[in-house]
Amino acid sequence: MYKEYLTVSNIVGPLVIVEKIRDVKFGELVEIEAVGGSLRRGTVLDISTERAVVQVFEGTIGLDVAKSRVRFLGHSQQLGVSEEIIGRIFDGSGRPKDHGPQIIAKKMIDINGNPINPDARDYPSEFIQTGISSIDGMNPLVRGQKLPLFSGSGLPHARIAAQIARQATVLGKAEKFAVVFGAMGITFEEANFFIEDFRNTGALERAVLFLNLANEPTIERIATPRLALTCAEYLAFDLDMHVLVILVDMTFYAEALREIAAARKEVPGRRGYPGYLYTDLATMYERAGRIKDKKGSITLIPILTMPEDDKTHPIADLTGYITEGQIMISREIHRKGIYPPIDVLPSLSRLKDKGIGEGKTREDHADVLNQLFACYARGKEARELALILGEAALSDLDKLYLEFAEHYEDEFVRQGEFESRSINDTLELGWKLLHTIPRAELKRIRPEYLEKYYPEKK
Amino acid sequence: MKKGKIIRVAGPLVVASDCLGAKMYDMVKIGELGLIGEVIELKEDLAFIQVYEDTTGIGPEEPVFLTGKPLSVELGPGLISSIYDGIQRPLDVIRKREGDFITRGIELPPLNREKKWNFAPLVTKGQEVKEGDFLGEVEETPLVKHKIMVPVGSAGKIVEIKKGSLSIEEVVARIQAPKEVKDVKMFQTWSIRRNRRVHERLMPDEPLTTGQRVIDTLFPLAKGGTGCVPGPFGSGKTVVQHQLAKWSDAQIIVFVACGERGNEIADLLLSFPELKDPHTGRPLLERTVIIANTSNMPVAAREASIYTGMSIAEYFRDMGYSVALMADSTSRWAEALREISGRMEEMPGEEGYPAYLASRIAEFYERAGKVICLGSDRRQGALSVMGAVSPPGGDLSDPVVQATLKVVKVFWALDDKLANTRHFPAINWLLSYSLYVENIKNYMNNNVAEEFISLRQEAMELLEEESELQEIARLVGVESLSTKERLTLESTRSIREDFLHQNAFHPQDTYTSLRKQYLMLRTILHFHNSGLKALEEEKSLEEILALGVREKISKMKFLPEGESDLLEVYIEIDNAFKELLQKKGVSEENV
Repeated sequence: MYKEYLTVSNIVGPLVIVEKIRDVKFGELVEIEAVGGSLRRGTVLDISTERAVVQVFEGTIGLDVAKSRVRFLGHSQQLGVSEEIIGRIFDGSGRPKDHGPQIIAKKMIDINGNPINPDARDYPSEFIQTGISSIDGMNPLVRGQKLPLFSGSGLPHARIAAQIARQATVLGKAEKFAVVFGAMGITFEEANFFIEDFRNTGALERAVLFLNLANEPTIERIATPRLALTCAEYLAFDLDMHVLVILVDMTFYAEALREIAAARKEVPGRRGYPGYLYTDLATMYERAGRIKDKKGSITLIPILTMPEDDKTHPIADLTGYITEGQIMISREIHRKGIYPPIDVLPSLSRLKDKGIGEGKTREDHADVLNQLFACYARGKEARELALILGEAALSDLDKLYLEFAEHYEDEFVRQGEFESRSINDTLELGWKLLHTIPRAELKRIRPEYLEKYYPEKK
Repeated sequence: MKKGKIIRVAGPLVVASDCLGAKMYDMVKIGELGLIGEVIELKEDLAFIQVYEDTTGIGPEEPVFLTGKPLSVELGPGLISSIYDGIQRPLDVIRKREGDFITRGIELPPLNREKKWNFAPLVTKGQEVKEGDFLGEVEETPLVKHKIMVPVGSAGKIVEIKKGSLSIEEVVARIQAPKEVKDVKMFQTWSIRRNRRVHERLMPDEPLTTGQRVIDTLFPLAKGGTGCVPGPFGSGKTVVQHQLAKWSDAQIIVFVACGERGNEIADLLLSFPELKDPHTGRPLLERTVIIANTSNMPVAAREASIYTGMSIAEYFRDMGYSVALMADSTSRWAEALREISGRMEEMPGEEGYPAYLASRIAEFYERAGKVICLGSDRRQGALSVMGAVSPPGGDLSDPVVQATLKVVKVFWALDDKLANTRHFPAINWLLSYSLYVENIKNYMNNNVAEEFISLRQEAMELLEEESELQEIARLVGVESLSTKERLTLESTRSIREDFLHQNAFHPQDTYTSLRKQYLMLRTILHFHNSGLKALEEEKSLEEILALGVREKISKMKFLPEGESDLLEVYIEIDNAFKELLQKKGVSEENV
């Protein structure tokens, strides 16, 4: 039996302070029984000889100082896992939400995980074909990468994420594949969109969902992504599956973290977020990857909505410093009615170089990618110039580039929500667009590829 | 070992009582698990300890063991090609023992105790030696002769010197000091927070060539100098750091990956055994030490990792090597400082960083330098330091950037506008600077070419002019510019695209020797100046720009090292313009 304490002295926001405790450890899981018997859980954030500061996941509404009973469970928060976990839906604390039975755990895993030894990491180099040209062609995703979608409110990031989950394949291979979905603070409708989409495509059978919705306790959100990643680690490194983890929305996660920091009266960093936000995000994002001699992998796509579309906002900024690139969703392109509205200029995939090229995608991929970037950038510059001076002021070459940018957005970026383009089609489309630019201008392409794909007109 | 008692645990900070006698920065072991920590504040009998491992599961009443020794690194044969965490635990050995994930409370010697090294003595019995003198050497890798030095603070007559196959724990020499006989082993320990002493500091006067054109030509770093690379995410900081680690002509590279991505370490570990040093043809790993404390590893060890790396780098410098240390990223290190400071409830300075941030940064960079090492041969060593800085939102007013800029002499400003157009390395030529150009002028004149520095100046002026011209063009249109000005715009475009732009992933383009850089720049500027002359001869701009040789110029970077091909391009320019000038002026005929 656990010792029960009736010594709650303060309740501040999500925090409960318990006095006169003994043998309590840092990070320990706590059960709090409110008057009437309802149970809540929490974790020890700060512990001294006299008191423990406990962060309550389900919120402190209805807790009182005199009668709340507190039990320390002697271990940190854990997730029970077994093969049965696949196809199930859980709440943000890991309890079944689909009216199914409890998982009979084969293994209990601490949800905080341990860092992967950098020496054990295998460099991600397998190209994942998402079927979306602006990702495959321009910012290719590779297995074991963490590539966030930087979005804003009202933009179709959920549809893009669902499309990736639906279409992602590794060329020429059929392997065990699973999707782990962690939702923090999103609305029922958004969550339902994913569930329905997974159900309709049959993906639900190989998915695990952890849902903390907007009306559910804020503090629970701290645990949700960790549960999802712990589950992913189990699937990837114990069951040899290739796991795609989608976490949405990291902004709400960071806000929950801020709430706790504020309740603890910590010195705030930028915009009130705690100074350790970087480290905290890193302990999650870095759980993606590949391990040498292990078959499975974790590919992570966190989604975050940037407040006011500001990528210098701490959440986006720190995420960008940890993840291996970002896919930027643009309001400007969205307004033009183009789906998917991915702006390739500020987007980046850092791991692309090892994942593309001969034997992986196609020999000319890297060069085509760089050239399309350069041309589109120049086209956009020309567009700005035309706005100020009028199109007549542009040189002939600039006009070509301007036209290129239009076609690029309209043909290359735009595609159907259920249209899956092979990488070959994407590259051919790229060449088709490049043919509108004079050959001598294509400086980023090696001569031998120019010769092959853009032969000089005699 | 003296024992204290934990009274508080808050993340990486542990407070323990009954610690009278503990010294600042002493190493302690915490709890039954024996987690490693360091004393960072003392209040009467209370010790505030930063713990280098995750403290989950630790609670009050558990013991704290005071070792009485400062946190130290082991220096000796076996360092090269190793990969360590922030407190010098060997990650490869940990992996073999503990599996793919890092668990807690691991204690392992940093240097292999069993391995036998072939020790070749450099002194004889009866010889007088001073601190820093070589006792012998060990071939650690084909690239590195590891010198075994008389430890700092010892001197006297050699009474015994061994040779042959020995492990690092065996005594290799005994020195008769005034009071006692001192046993010397092949390795020594050194407190990471103390500088290693030198004889004398010198002014840096040689360039550290990196094979990166924008760096070597425009903003060179000197051997023994300091530089920083600030930039927002995605601007290519890490690629620049990796390129420097790969191609710098330093003899030893210490790469400190401090709070960055795990996959980047995997990349280094994967590519360094494959990549060949352009100067020696040996794998780069044979001259590299990697310290990896990735962002998800404990934050306090991140703080220590910088010092661990620095102590190792200084040790090799003391052997007379030219050493380069890369720290990626110092911002993460500063954040670790901030986090610990916050937990200690210290009064915050700017942006929540502790008030001592600037002095810590200055201390760190000041450990770089070109020096005369300890030892009677007065050998020279150099330690160059390059730090990446990751300012939030790319905002250069960030306290870490500002504190860094106060001390470093080279500033490579990464620009995400350039990165967005895929101009790499995205070093902005208008914002960046190097204060070493004067220092290395003599070296350049004697070893590369007399006119190298003046060509550099010319290119800089053109680029400066370009930005003004672009401003005008943006306001009133390109048509309002004179033909000369428009030629300048074309030439600077050529400087940018054909010279400054460098593809790190192209086998030929990734490294360019100083000599080739000189020839390339000379060729580009030659075209510009010939073009100006042709314009004076009433030739039209279109004719000049239509010359076929321009395509050759743009492909120069892909030409192999060596003079002949590049000189050919130069001569072709001459011929092309000669031909052009002999042609009857088209413009005149039209008039």
